[in-house]
Amino acid sequence: MAKRVGMEVALAVAEAVGQCNIDMAAVYPITPQSHIGEHLSDLVADGKIDAEFVTVESEHSAISAIIGASGTGARVYTATSSQGLMLMHEILPIASAMRLPLVMGIANRAVSGPLNILNDHSDIMPQRDSGWISMFVENGQEAIDLSIQAFKIAEHKDVNLPVCVNIDGFQLTHMVEPVEFPDQELVDKFLPARVPFATLHPSNPVTMGAFAMSDYFTEIMKAKDEALKNSKKTILAVWDEWAKIFGRTYKPVETYKAEGADILLVTMGSMGETAEIAIDELREKGVAAGLVKLRLWRPFPFAEIKEVLTKAKKVLVTDRAVSFGGPGGPVCGEIKAALYHEAVKPAIYNYIIGLGGRDVRVSDFTSMINQVAAADASKVTDTYEFLGVRE
Amino acid sequence: MIEVRWHGRGGQGAVTSVELLAQAAIAAGKYAQGFPSFGPERRGAPVAAFSRIDDKKIKVRSGIYKPDVVIVLDSSLIGLIDVTDGMKPGGKLIVNTTKTPEEIRRELNFTGTVATVDGTGIARKEMGVPIANTTMIGALLKVAGFMGLDALKESVEHRFGRIAQKNLNAMKRAYDEIKISN
Amino acid sequence: MTKKNGPAGWQEITTGCVVLRPGSASEYHTGSWRSQRPIWDNSKCIKCGICYVFCPEGCVQQTEDGFFKANMDYCKGCGICAHECWPRAIKIVEEG
Repeated sequence: MAKRVGMEVALAVAEAVGQCNIDMAAVYPITPQSHIGEHLSDLVADGKIDAEFVTVESEHSAISAIIGASGTGARVYTATSSQGLMLMHEILPIASAMRLPLVMGIANRAVSGPLNILNDHSDIMPQRDSGWISMFVENGQEAIDLSIQAFKIAEHKDVNLPVCVNIDGFQLTHMVEPVEFPDQELVDKFLPARVPFATLHPSNPVTMGAFAMSDYFTEIMKAKDEALKNSKKTILAVWDEWAKIFGRTYKPVETYKAEGADILLVTMGSMGETAEIAIDELREKGVAAGLVKLRLWRPFPFAEIKEVLTKAKKVLVTDRAVSFGGPGGPVCGEIKAALYHEAVKPAIYNYIIGLGGRDVRVSDFTSMINQVAAADASKVTDTYEFLGVRE
Repeated sequence: MIEVRWHGRGGQGAVTSVELLAQAAIAAGKYAQGFPSFGPERRGAPVAAFSRIDDKKIKVRSGIYKPDVVIVLDSSLIGLIDVTDGMKPGGKLIVNTTKTPEEIRRELNFTGTVATVDGTGIARKEMGVPIANTTMIGALLKVAGFMGLDALKESVEHRFGRIAQKNLNAMKRAYDEIKISN
Repeated sequence: MTKKNGPAGWQEITTGCVVLRPGSASEYHTGSWRSQRPIWDNSKCIKCGICYVFCPEGCVQQTEDGFFKANMDYCKGCGICAHECWPRAIKIVEEG
């Protein structure tokens, strides 16, 4: 029987990764990720898991080291945050092009400058087009579950792509809260040994990461795009299987009181549950508001987003990062693209919230929704707003 | 839901306290959160940590602005920072000090419940160190009363091993010796 | 110019673009790029092997008598061997 315990989420993530029979991990410390790497190295040093923990000298080396190890057929893990992820940036598209099933935990944090160590999504957004599967969690339990599922999805024969699990820094990583670890026996059954499509081995040499010019590059990029899009089938199947074994359901797009809502609020990450309280309060006052939580960021769930958002009159998209000089927030840009060809579509409002750790309270969500409720939908403009910015 | 704010200095173990309290509450079947004030960790600097305890799932993840209970681990912080900031009128203030509740009430002009205990003195006697973070959990449980002292046994033993009993003894003494003025 | 034999459409690209047959690059005869070629004067050669070490194509080989020559299927005529050869035993001449 799975035991319910109180544990800091970062440690819980390391424990969950430790349940996945990994062969190797390379993690470089950076706030607020460090507790994941520290605890994972403890598990290895204490002999609780049989794996190599490689102490690298940078995040660039961490991701490079796990790519090499993954090439030999190993099950590998890394974790990082903010500037560390930015330093890995160069290597991320290589991992996905090489179709290596890496798993990475990201303790989401603002990127410099100015230097800021607190939570937002400005670290993952520049990695958007790297060809990784990217998922978000909203609490510690989801961080555990998705960290385990990530290996199964990444290593599936129809996927073979790296997966990152986005875990809001501090808000989640530094929170002690109730979590439940799945039974080891069930995890072992759920997550069989990796069967690599090719391995680096002297007795049967292959070339990984070869050179390609214009005569093949387009075809290779097309193949990568199709692989990422196609991964959704496997992701859905893995979530189905998880629900059957462990009783917790995951969907690319999750909703809360969205039925019959005129206004839908969209969140991604740890603010989802706080936003639910705002929806409860508004529903009690007769405001037909609902919540849509985006779990799967890549591959982007176009069908599910269309299905749920076209039913509303107004959609309020919150973003935790800015695409400077661009369309506002990256999530909103994607949602607008998804709805462009729909005959009937909602008015869309974009708020940039919670940058660099700025707290977003229940009252912030209710006031945003009230503001949108009062707005004239026929006069909506293609703009965005920084919530609570001092003028 | 009970929301608690802890004031201490970096290194005095406020974060350990919120962790132990959350673990104990969760082990007792409740829901709880324990978290530091997010940011850099600096030894000696005034720091805060936070606890939420409830019988149902806690959804809110924003900060605590209107605590039901405030615990001050280091009385030298009074006057340096506004320890009663945002407290509800009927809130409960617990201070680690040799002063009486009335003295603290006068100093802070606070109308809610004030409770004081010499946590540092107890910690020194029971554990040989002037670190009152675990001791003050005993004080909190007496004043806030959402859980018995026994609930802490497992998480304290897990955390402190062979010195667990000394911590538990110190908690018990703070629980017994705290003076409360309503 | 050597014709490459690879997959035609994107569906035929191997997973991760892995080249499953090692050494397949040797099928690509870079000798067709050459406009100049190296000529060894073995009367000056001291068999130091510096041409072998510096050849970027790895096409300079030692023969049984200890002297060196380039495999012209791969030699691009870059002239690095001649540049490095300090007894000046290698001369670069125009092709054709």
